Amino acid sequence: MLKIDLEEIASKEIAARKPNRIHCCTAAGCLSAGAEEGFEQFQKEVDRLGLTDTVQVAKVGCMRLCCQGPLVKVQIADSTNSPFPIEDKHGTIQNNNQIEILFHQVHAESAKSIVAGFTGQKVEAVRGDFQSPFFQNQVSVILDNSGNVEPERIESYIAAKGYKGLYQVLHHFSLDEVIHEITRSGLRGRGGAAYPTGIKWGTVAKNKSEKKYVVCNADEGDPGAFMNRSLLESDPHRVLEGMAIAGYALGSSQGYIYVRGEYPLAVQRLQIAITQANRLGILGTRIFGTPFDFRIDLRTGAGAFVCGEETALMASIMGQRGTPTPRPPYPAEHGLWGMPTLLNNVETYGNIAAIIRNGSDWFAGMGTQTSKGTKVFCLTGNVVNTGLVEVPLGTPIHKIVYDIGGGAVEGNTIKAVQTGGPSGGCIPAEMFDVPVDYDSLAKLGSILGSGGMIALDNTNRMVDVARFFMQFCMDESCGKCIPCRAGTVQIHRLLRKILAGSADHADLDRLEQLCVMVKDTSLCGLGQSAPNPTLSTLKYFRSEYESLLKESDSTQRINLPLLCSSAQMGNQEQLSAETKGS
Amino acid sequence: MSVVTLTINQQMITANAGDTILQAAKDAGIKIPTLCYLDGLSAHGGCRICLVEIAGSTKLQPACFMKVAEGMQINTETHKLKEYRKMIVELLFAEGNHTCSICVANNHCELQAMAMAVEMDHDRFDYIHPPKEIDISHQRFGIDHNRCILCTRCVRVCDEIEGAHTWDVAGRGGLAKVIADLDQPWGEADSCTSCGKCFMACPTGAIFQKGDSVAQTEHPRNKLESLVMAKDKKQWHV
Repeated sequence: MLKIDLEEIASKEIAARKPNRIHCCTAAGCLSAGAEEGFEQFQKEVDRLGLTDTVQVAKVGCMRLCCQGPLVKVQIADSTNSPFPIEDKHGTIQNNNQIEILFHQVHAESAKSIVAGFTGQKVEAVRGDFQSPFFQNQVSVILDNSGNVEPERIESYIAAKGYKGLYQVLHHFSLDEVIHEITRSGLRGRGGAAYPTGIKWGTVAKNKSEKKYVVCNADEGDPGAFMNRSLLESDPHRVLEGMAIAGYALGSSQGYIYVRGEYPLAVQRLQIAITQANRLGILGTRIFGTPFDFRIDLRTGAGAFVCGEETALMASIMGQRGTPTPRPPYPAEHGLWGMPTLLNNVETYGNIAAIIRNGSDWFAGMGTQTSKGTKVFCLTGNVVNTGLVEVPLGTPIHKIVYDIGGGAVEGNTIKAVQTGGPSGGCIPAEMFDVPVDYDSLAKLGSILGSGGMIALDNTNRMVDVARFFMQFCMDESCGKCIPCRAGTVQIHRLLRKILAGSADHADLDRLEQLCVMVKDTSLCGLGQSAPNPTLSTLKYFRSEYESLLKESDSTQRINLPLLCSSAQMGNQEQLSAETKGS
Repeated sequence: MSVVTLTINQQMITANAGDTILQAAKDAGIKIPTLCYLDGLSAHGGCRICLVEIAGSTKLQPACFMKVAEGMQINTETHKLKEYRKMIVELLFAEGNHTCSICVANNHCELQAMAMAVEMDHDRFDYIHPPKEIDISHQRFGIDHNRCILCTRCVRVCDEIEGAHTWDVAGRGGLAKVIADLDQPWGEADSCTSCGKCFMACPTGAIFQKGDSVAQTEHPRNKLESLVMAKDKKQWHV
């Protein structure tokens, strides 16, 4: 393969940039809000007004504040001499003479008006605020390129120091040095289990084998979680680079990305990214002219949540039914086709290149003693600002919910946050001082998990929240082990019975016993963690359960709408309802 | 091969390194209850009946999968384990449609025997009564999904001993079921050799011989055992 010069590509790319740029978010959130229409309008208008020499429209990734989408960022290089009307500089980012302005909810009309701004006309569009607490309390490590880099153009990533980390390790690092650097950084797996990444890499590296595999788990399935999706759609090359570095360190020449089929845009952008990297010789054979070969292939899931569990994921990659198998043996020793296999989450790989480029000390300087670095959270639910949030680990929950999230919508109060999706638990508002790191949340009976964070307010019934997640686990159970297959159905029934007001104290006891049993005896993480939302709400909101029991005073019952109507209840429930004719 | 010593229920035993806890216990004459496990087939790890406690480990481990190690201290009959086993059996009864009194396998059923072994006198959980199919399209055998506990013995015996792989599992959660070929009626499954090994392996009355009446079905397990002996140990019954 030809030796390619990253610097040359980067400088060519930067030289080709126009002084004024319009960055349109084209990640799934803004696309679903109609970003495509705005993007087309921008291009049309730039052409129509003959601004093609000075204004460039670019499709970029997520700019975090998803609830205000479609988001658009206008970048003006020389603000003093630009005809663009920027008398009001509030909420902008100024860097020397360059200025960045954020716009919310940009549709065709506002897009037209923004472009007309470059001819000196008044801009009629909703201005966003980069100086608001939502942005000011966040950091940029993993999301560094999101909103700046064009995900479908490798040159754009290279211009943002992309693939420098890979180049560096291939030329200046021994295999052990890479693993040592990752270990020193203190990075822990971002998929939920938080296993130290360096140790995992070391284990795979030490297992001698002719063939080894590097797998990226992009089967993100938790309700309310979209951080992996955002990263793949906004900055796919970052993940590829992380995987290639892992491949080099472990002596592997084959990587797989297992991405869920429900993410068609992520699949498409990954495919484009892989093709472009192959073409430049950054992936494939003799990478950067060195003897290192590394190939990455995509595997798409077919809609099973359990395939995010590593043994089920591997079974699925191998073309088998996606059901988990007991560990040990662990994938590090006996993985894909019996070979040592490294499995890491999208976000874990997303950190790798930055650690190599900036050094492990830089990374270890962020976060807490045991949880290093930053974490991307998906803040959703009943808060004012919902979207993607990146903060150093150890940030207190109240900062995320109240400062960044803006607190509850008017008139309501936040009651709890649910972290970690169907495997996690609820943390009551009284405990919001707790720092968000792996160990602190585990102590409270929840988990940090992959990063879902759902805010619940006084209009949510905690029993209903527990029932919602239990229904999810019941529908997603693969059916292999009995406690998960049959236990989740019974827990769900008991929760419904409580919600219907026909349960008694004996039912509550039974519910608790069953939850503990399912947790202790299930085969894989899905079943073992499925009772967590129920157990944690029982721990912190027991009075809500008790108020719904038959024996309780019916006047005190909370009467609130349910998260989902009985018509949408799970498959098994429908089945039984049919047979009973009820 | 090296030998390790370990204790099961405070009884010291020796075992070959590489054996599973279940194998080691069996060799020492200690019975660990199982449901999906069948000698000669690969372990499945799905029924969770054989879970044991290992000192120093917070997680319960399936005896059919977990390998023995030197100095391991295993408990198989703690109060917690007994309670969990009972709950698992209750969950199975609540999940399917198991009516012993009208079942072909009455008195010869491993699920029924297990219910008695765990002293299950009633079911604490609601019966789901799911609608399930009966397939009697095969010339000699039938499958009643109402009585199936998804142990996958039929799947494994068909694949590993007969080599036909007629059976597999489709669907998930409570909708999971064993299917013949590509979810066809059993009688139309081309790969089926009609060997009857699935019938021999089935722990309940789910796979039965046509013509059997209530309590008549006895799974001819000894035939399967002699096949396994011949295959694994090269010992032939003539």
